Amino acid sequence: MGRYVARRLLETIPLMVIISIVVFMFIHLIPGDPAKTLAGVEAPLEEVEAIREELGLNDPLIVQYVNWVKDALKGDLGRSFKSDLPVTELIWSRFQFTIQLVFAGLIWAPFVGIFIGVMCAIKRGTFVDLGGMLFAICGLSAPGFWLGLMGIQFFSVKMGLLPSGGLGTLKHLILPSMVMGTGIMATLARYSRSSMLETLREDYVRTARAKGQREQIVMFRHAFMNSLIQVVTILGLQIGGLLSGSVLTETIFSIPGMGRLLTDSIAYRDYPTIQGILLMFALQYVLINLIVDVLYGVINPKIRYD
Amino acid sequence: MAKEVLLEVKDLRTEFFSSKKSSVTAVADVSFDINKGEILGLVGESGCGKSVTSLSIMQLLKDTPGKITNGQIILDGVDLVKAPAEEIRKIRGGKMSMIFQEPMSALNPSMRIDKQMIETIRLHSDMTKEQALAHAAEMLKKVGIPDPPRVLKNYPHQLSGGMSQRVMIAMAMSNDPKLLIADEPTTALDVTIQAQILDLMKKIQKEENSSILLITHDLGVVAEMCSRVIVMYAGKIVEEAPVEVLFGNPSHPYTQGLIASVPKLGSGVKVLPSIPGSVPDLASMPEGCRFAPRCKYATDKCRTMNPDLFQIGENHRCRCWLMDK
Ligand SMILES: Nc1ncnc2c1ncn2[C@@H]1O[C@H](COP(=O)(O)OP(=O)(O)O)[C@@H](O)[C@H]1O
Ligand code: SF4
Ligand SMILES: [Mg+2]
Repeated sequence: MGRYVARRLLETIPLMVIISIVVFMFIHLIPGDPAKTLAGVEAPLEEVEAIREELGLNDPLIVQYVNWVKDALKGDLGRSFKSDLPVTELIWSRFQFTIQLVFAGLIWAPFVGIFIGVMCAIKRGTFVDLGGMLFAICGLSAPGFWLGLMGIQFFSVKMGLLPSGGLGTLKHLILPSMVMGTGIMATLARYSRSSMLETLREDYVRTARAKGQREQIVMFRHAFMNSLIQVVTILGLQIGGLLSGSVLTETIFSIPGMGRLLTDSIAYRDYPTIQGILLMFALQYVLINLIVDVLYGVINPKIRYD
Repeated sequence: MAKEVLLEVKDLRTEFFSSKKSSVTAVADVSFDINKGEILGLVGESGCGKSVTSLSIMQLLKDTPGKITNGQIILDGVDLVKAPAEEIRKIRGGKMSMIFQEPMSALNPSMRIDKQMIETIRLHSDMTKEQALAHAAEMLKKVGIPDPPRVLKNYPHQLSGGMSQRVMIAMAMSNDPKLLIADEPTTALDVTIQAQILDLMKKIQKEENSSILLITHDLGVVAEMCSRVIVMYAGKIVEEAPVEVLFGNPSHPYTQGLIASVPKLGSGVKVLPSIPGSVPDLASMPEGCRFAPRCKYATDKCRTMNPDLFQIGENHRCRCWLMDK
C-alpha cells in the first residue's frame, strides 16, 4: 500500500510541472501588457518600464519561470494588482469560505446517495426502488440555482427559519449545503444502484450465500464493498464538479469565496490573483484525484498489486 | 452392502417467472437419490437444467427469478424446500457445500483468501480466528497447494484458475460436508489441470467418505469418476443407470447419441456423429416426448404423449416409449 501511494505521488510530479507552465504562461498569452494595465492607460512610458523591470518582465521567459516557481514554492504568488495584498493571503482568506461550502456538501451527500442507491438495488422493483429513483431523478434535474432560490424563498422569506445568505453559523450552511450536495447525492444514488445490481449478480455473492453467510453480511461485505469500486471513481469526478459548483452557490448566497474572488479579479484584470486562483484550482484537482486513487487502491486489491 | 440414502430429490419442479403469472419450467419431474459415499454424475447438453437442479438443491435460486414450485429435497430427513431460511443457512457450507464452474469469479476479489476461508469455517464451528486459520492452511495442504501460508495471504486475482478451484474445494470441504455439489468444476480449466482437479476430488471423496453430485457435460469425466449417472434432457431425467450399464447398454436414444459423439481412442473415425437439431426452447417445449423432434425413432405416440421414466433393469430407468413393454 505504501509503495502504491508513493508511486501515485511520483506520478503527479510531471502533471504539476505541466500545470505550472500553463499557469505561468497564462499571463504572457493574454492580449495586452500587464505592466501597462497595472500602470494605467494614461501612465507615462517610463513608469510602465519601471513596473516592467520590477516585475521582471524583461528577463528571458525561462528565467522568469524559474523565479516564479521558486517564489510559488515559498508561498509567494506576487501581489494583487487590485488590493496590493499578497495573493496567497488573499486566496487563503477566501478559500476558507469555499472549503466550508465543499465540506457542507460532502458531509452528507455521498452517504445519503450511496445509501439510497444500495437500498434501491436490494429492494429492486418495489416501491422503495421506485421512490428512491424518482427522488434521484428530481435531484438530478433540479438546477442548483433554482434549488437555492426556492430554499431561500421558502425557509428564509416565508418561514424565517434560515438566513438567506452569508456565512458564520451552522444555520448559514444549511441551504448552501443543500445546493452543493443535491447533485452528488442524486448522481451517486443512481450509480450505486446500478453498481450494486451488477455486483449482486456476481458469482462470489452466490458463493457467499453457498457458504451459509447471513443475508445482511452477504449484502454488505460481499456485494456492497465490491460495488464501491465503481462508485468511488464517480465520486472523484463529482468532487471536481463541486469546486466549480461553489462559484454558483457563492453567488446565490452572497458568500465571498474563491468564486467571487475569481469573477472580481477577472473584471479588474488582476492577473497575479487570477494566476493564483488557477493554480489553486489545478492543485485541488490533482489532490482530489490522488485521494480518489488511493481510496480506489484501498478497496480494489487488483490496482494496488499491479 | 446396504445403500444409505443421503439426499432424496422427489418430483422437483423449478420455474422461472418473468412476471407473477407467466413462467417457464426449467426443471420438471426430477427425482433421484444420492447415496452416502458415492459420486453421482449428472450429464446433459448445456441448457438442459443441470445448474438449475443444483441451485434448487442448494436453495440458491433466491436472487434469480427462479422458484421451486413442486417437490421435496430431503437431506438427512430435512426437507430443504420447506425448511426455514435460518436452517438452510446452517446447512449450506456445513453439511452440504458447492463449487462452481468459474473458480476465478467465485471468489470475492477484494478479500484475501485467508479471510474468505476463515469466514466459511467460523460460520459452522466455534473455532477462534487462529484455529480457523490453522485449519484453512491444513485444508489448502490437503488440496495439494504447496505453500498454504503464501496462498492464504493472496487475493484471488493473484491465483490461477486451477489454484482458485483448489481453494474453492478446500473451502467447500473445510466443514466436513456430507454432500459436495460440483457444477462443472473443471469446464473452465485447462485439460491437464482438469485431470488434477478430478483426481483431487476423487481422493478427498474417498478420504472423507462424502458424497458428490458431479455435474458435467463431459461423458469422459463421468466414466472416470462416477458410480452412477443421471442423464438430463430439456429439464427432465431421461435415463439413470450405474456407469457400466450406461456405457454398455445405453437405452435412451439421447444417451446413445451422446455416447456416439464421444471420440474413442484409436477408433480412426474422423467425423463424429452428432445429434442433429438443438435443445428445445423452454417457452415452446414440444408436447409428448421432449426429444421427439431430434429422435430418429419418434412415432406419433411420442409426439403426443409424454413417456414415463420406465424401470428397465436393476437401478436402470429410461424415459422412452421404446422401453414400454
Ligand atoms: N436466472 C435465470 N433466469 C431465467 N432462466 C434461467 C435462469 N437460469 C437458468 N435459466 C434457464 O433454465 C434452463 C436450464 O439452465 P441451466 O440449468 O443453467 O442449464 P445447464 O444444464 O447448462 O446447467 C435454461 O434454458 C436457462 O435459460
Ligand atoms: S419416446 Fe419416442 S421420441 Fe422420445 S426418445 Fe423414445 S423413441 Fe424417441
Ligand atoms: Mg450449467
